[in-house]
Amino acid sequence: MQQSAFLPREALSQLFQALQGDGYRVVGPTAEQGAIVYRELGSVAELPAGLVDHQAPGRYRLEQQAHGRYFDWVGTAQGLKPWLFTPEQPLMVAREVEGGLRFESVRETVPPTAVIGLRNCDLAALALQDRHFLQGEYPDPHYAARREQLLLIAVNCHRSAATCFCVSTGDGPEVTAGADLVLDELGAGFWVWASSPRGRALLARLPTRPLAGAHKRRSKALRKRARLQQRALPSTDLREPLYKARDNEQLWQSVADRCLTCGNCAAVCPTCFCSRVDEESPLDASQSTQIRRWDTCFNDEHSYLVGHVVRESAVHKYRQWLTHKLAMWHDQYDRSGCTGCGRCITWCPVGIDIVEEVDRLCTEVKAGAPRE
Amino acid sequence: MKDPWLPQPAVVIDKVMETADVATLALKLVDPVAHARFHFECGQFNMLYLYGLGEVPISIMDMQQGLVLHTIRAVGRISRKLVALEPGASLGLRGPFGNSWPIEQARGRDLVFITAGLGCAPVIAAIRRAIATRPAYRRLVIMQGVKHRDDLLWQEQYERWREVPDCQVLLSASEEKQAHFAWSLGMVTGLIEKAEFDVNNCTVMMCGPEPMIRASMRGLAEAGVGLENCYVSLERNMQCAIGLCGHCQMGTPFICREGPVFRVPDIQQWFLLEGY
Repeated sequence: MQQSAFLPREALSQLFQALQGDGYRVVGPTAEQGAIVYRELGSVAELPAGLVDHQAPGRYRLEQQAHGRYFDWVGTAQGLKPWLFTPEQPLMVAREVEGGLRFESVRETVPPTAVIGLRNCDLAALALQDRHFLQGEYPDPHYAARREQLLLIAVNCHRSAATCFCVSTGDGPEVTAGADLVLDELGAGFWVWASSPRGRALLARLPTRPLAGAHKRRSKALRKRARLQQRALPSTDLREPLYKARDNEQLWQSVADRCLTCGNCAAVCPTCFCSRVDEESPLDASQSTQIRRWDTCFNDEHSYLVGHVVRESAVHKYRQWLTHKLAMWHDQYDRSGCTGCGRCITWCPVGIDIVEEVDRLCTEVKAGAPRE
Repeated sequence: MKDPWLPQPAVVIDKVMETADVATLALKLVDPVAHARFHFECGQFNMLYLYGLGEVPISIMDMQQGLVLHTIRAVGRISRKLVALEPGASLGLRGPFGNSWPIEQARGRDLVFITAGLGCAPVIAAIRRAIATRPAYRRLVIMQGVKHRDDLLWQEQYERWREVPDCQVLLSASEEKQAHFAWSLGMVTGLIEKAEFDVNNCTVMMCGPEPMIRASMRGLAEAGVGLENCYVSLERNMQCAIGLCGHCQMGTPFICREGPVFRVPDIQQWFLLEGY
């Protein structure tokens, strides 16, 4: 059962207070170093009021507008990934004790965390990370500890950035599932939906008003506007064309010539899950800690085997990243690993555009590009 | 929730230097209950941890007298230190992980083992099991390649296997110049044509360097063996062993989870391509 109502703009602070009163830390969007990022917030005042993002290949700029809406930006630099699959995660601590080694699990105490401002592409990515970290034979206890504490307040997008293509992947722009509350920002306030028991309990405590017909009409028009996107991936299973492209290295040379193999695309991708395990000890060697850190398939070490690197060239690295994301994911997790957020396009320092590359690969495969 | 990242304390009970840089460590888990419960299937691997250094995946050679045997070559940062361990030394162990050789499914068939270098270690337990349950299988063919004859581990064991009825042992040395009565010169793949087995009723198990596996696949196909009856144990950079870190993906499968043993047709589209 869904429940919805109108929350006046000035009452948003009461949502913050309700959450904080219940013991939640509130994580939400704020402007930092020229980008919108998720941080722990004290109050509504820290939300990026009136800030709008302009995104393009290799470009992200914020612009201050007079309207003062809190959620008129589209994309944060990172999705929810760092809050669950943290960039650095201690895994276990070893100590030398009398008669051998002692190993201790690392157990974190995670406060209940309410995240406000999430878009559907990031909720879809969260579902994919859940699949990877929680639904296999060995669930990751560190991801699980953070995941269990989440309350999710999502926002419907009312416009799309030039880099967005969630319509084509089926992951937006409208919030479909996975949130406790959904906000639709209209000038004077929010159309709020509660879509979980916790969301309904929260909504019942807010000073809401009945929704006016004008609100619904305005919201519908804005949500429709957000569907106008400049980019689209083919909305089909891309395994067939990409596996054909996989077998012809020549097709990857033009993108490999531009790719710096920096791994930015994987770092900002909300579904990329690779990590490496490091070992660290203090100078007195009193203990030794295993630490998991984000890794990407663009690093030589990622595919290092005694004596050689399996994927040394940019052709092999970019091909691994793209074919894994858009093809192998279907076999591993029953769907594509891309939710159309466009971050890999925006944060690529040379502006490589995944949509453009897929279009080119599909066209060249279809045209029967000559084999090397 | 059980912590899959947590090693168990283990201790080196015995060590045999097999060659100048290869050692077999016999390990025991410190906790007697955990030790008694430890069970492995032929072809699985453990993560071995050294204090202050980290973990590496090492295949389980076998279990004997209740001890877990690992045969390790000193090649990397951690394996060098593992080979240098002496009895009494402490380490950590997580495992066993991965799938196993199709020993049970292969009953009633000829078994063909093709290994090179230290690739023999992950199949030793399977060979021993096959010999221990000899009537369950038809012919056995054991092919092992090394660079120099001195590199062969467990020479006595191979000699004993020659005496087993209907068991053919073929050895080759790729970098020897002189012929030797019990040895062939050249790569292990050159032995396939000398092997006597029923190409229509056999199960092949292979482990070794990737070029050797590729050459074996060609040799087997030429000999008329259906690749659906051939299995290979593969290796990639594994850092977690539990399907999370992403390093050991070879195309679709995670080698630590769906492998390390694969039926050749299930992996060859990736394995035969450079860069996956």
